[in-house]
Amino acid sequence: MKEFEILGNKDTRSGFGEGLAELGRTNENVVALCADLTGSLKMDAFLKENPERFFQVGIAEANMMSVAAGMTIGGKIPFTGTFANFSTGRVYDQIRQSIAYSQKNVKICASHAGLTLGEDGATHQILEDIGMMKMLPNMTVIVPADFNQTKQATIAIAEHNGPVYLRFGRPVMPIFVKPDAKFEIGKADVLTEGTDVTIIACGHLVWKSIEAAKELEAAGISVELINMHTIKPLDVQAILKSVQKTKCVVTAEEHMMNGGLGDSVAQVLAQNFLAPQEYVAVNDSFGESGTPMELMTKYGIDTADVVKAAKKVIARKNA
Amino acid sequence: MENLELEKIASQVRRDILRMVSEVNSGHPGGSLGCADFLTLLYFEVMNHNPKAFTMDGKNEDLFFLSNGHISPVWYSVLARAGYFPVADLGTFRKLSSKLQGHPSTDKKLSGIRMASGSLGQGLSVAIGAALTKKLNGDKSLVYCLHGDGELQEGQIWEAAMYAAANKVDNVIATIDYNGRQIDGDVETVLSLGNLGQKWQAFGWEVLEMNGHDMQDMKNTISKAQSLCGHGKPVVIIMKTEMGQGVDFMMGSHKWHGVAPNPEQLANALGQLEETLGDY
Repeated sequence: MKEFEILGNKDTRSGFGEGLAELGRTNENVVALCADLTGSLKMDAFLKENPERFFQVGIAEANMMSVAAGMTIGGKIPFTGTFANFSTGRVYDQIRQSIAYSQKNVKICASHAGLTLGEDGATHQILEDIGMMKMLPNMTVIVPADFNQTKQATIAIAEHNGPVYLRFGRPVMPIFVKPDAKFEIGKADVLTEGTDVTIIACGHLVWKSIEAAKELEAAGISVELINMHTIKPLDVQAILKSVQKTKCVVTAEEHMMNGGLGDSVAQVLAQNFLAPQEYVAVNDSFGESGTPMELMTKYGIDTADVVKAAKKVIARKNA
Repeated sequence: MENLELEKIASQVRRDILRMVSEVNSGHPGGSLGCADFLTLLYFEVMNHNPKAFTMDGKNEDLFFLSNGHISPVWYSVLARAGYFPVADLGTFRKLSSKLQGHPSTDKKLSGIRMASGSLGQGLSVAIGAALTKKLNGDKSLVYCLHGDGELQEGQIWEAAMYAAANKVDNVIATIDYNGRQIDGDVETVLSLGNLGQKWQAFGWEVLEMNGHDMQDMKNTISKAQSLCGHGKPVVIIMKTEMGQGVDFMMGSHKWHGVAPNPEQLANALGQLEETLGDY
């Protein structure tokens, strides 16, 4: 199997912060709004360099979303920043009516997504956001895998005309995407080619799946690993091309089993090419306080869970 | 424009509203009739706008956002009568594949509409956002928005009110359709707004009041509101109106908020309103 060089260790939110800062220097139409989490979202650099284009809205996320929608009228490209929980569930109706239905060019940038927010616990650990956002017509949903990819995605979505949900997180994780890689919305990254099983992952689970793939390869199992950074529009061709070869698939995500990446993949398979699928995802449960890595283990979204799911789905294929 | 001329347009707008909702036996005539005078004045006299060359960005034009989207019939009629789209299109209101959706939307590209509304409480934030962009663009034109009084029960309105004052968004003129009625009854009974003027003042807004059925009073008040713009405070006008204004049996009650007149009631209502511009 191809070796993945660890280029460093950083949080994906910092990739967003760097990408936004770069946009501040290169695109005068980009404006940023934040609901009292400037430091947590790493928006400080943009604020420092472009104070006139930064809008602190206070702890009022509903207002932030609708203000952002209004700011598009006249040509601005608003990037909103708050935690994923407050970027989606709290403001679903504002996003639905004023952004998605009204086709406004707002970029909803959501940090601290999923269990890996850690010690703050379940009130803040949203695991339903991908589902909510992907169900909205006109919405593009992106879950980049590491620091570099989050930076690249942040820059790329400014060039896309339409609503985008960009999901990233808090924990420091290995960086493996090359700093000069080109991010293309809707085009999956095939990280390793293989023949026995396809693993389709997004976000932090991509690194976990790389680790799992190493273990599986050591056990003589050939893995095709896909980084599905865009949940919507989904790269259907990449899924079918791979699963038609391997005949089985594991999906891995830091999200509820209901409504996430796995369900999107299952829909493609049900309609086009039947193959056994195993989910690595949180099974109908809220999270709790703990360290990010403890939580990933306890809730079944760790490296070992990907390995186990791969072996199980191969056994089902061969049964 | 002379007050009488504006009143004649408003009479036609009221006929349009009643015929639109009656034809599909649905829609919201009460609030629409109540705001017919105001929207006529806004689009035929107050705003600097370009009906024949509508753009989503509306640069260097005054913008209007209808936050209480359920009174779409009055907005559609005024837009059509002002020249945004053919008046014949009013006959498609709420019908399948129409651009004139039950509540205003942008997805079918109806000229004159820049934001969907219907789910209440969002339009003030939207107007503030558009106003911020105008400031960034060095665009001196103004942003107007209209809200129901019942709509002020939505918490987001007060988030927006706090934001606009704290950030000196002084190129917005918000108007409240203060008719005292909502679906379930009188606003005072359903959820009292308390002292509305004092609330807005406490939130840091300039507060004006006007009679929404007196063209001259509205002209004077809106002119004053415009002169207050650019001085560091957002402006709100509390506009006293009568739900169902212009049709005797629809006034004095909340009952015609969301009920369409039947053919007999329609004939009675139309008999009270002069056809001035020709029915669509």
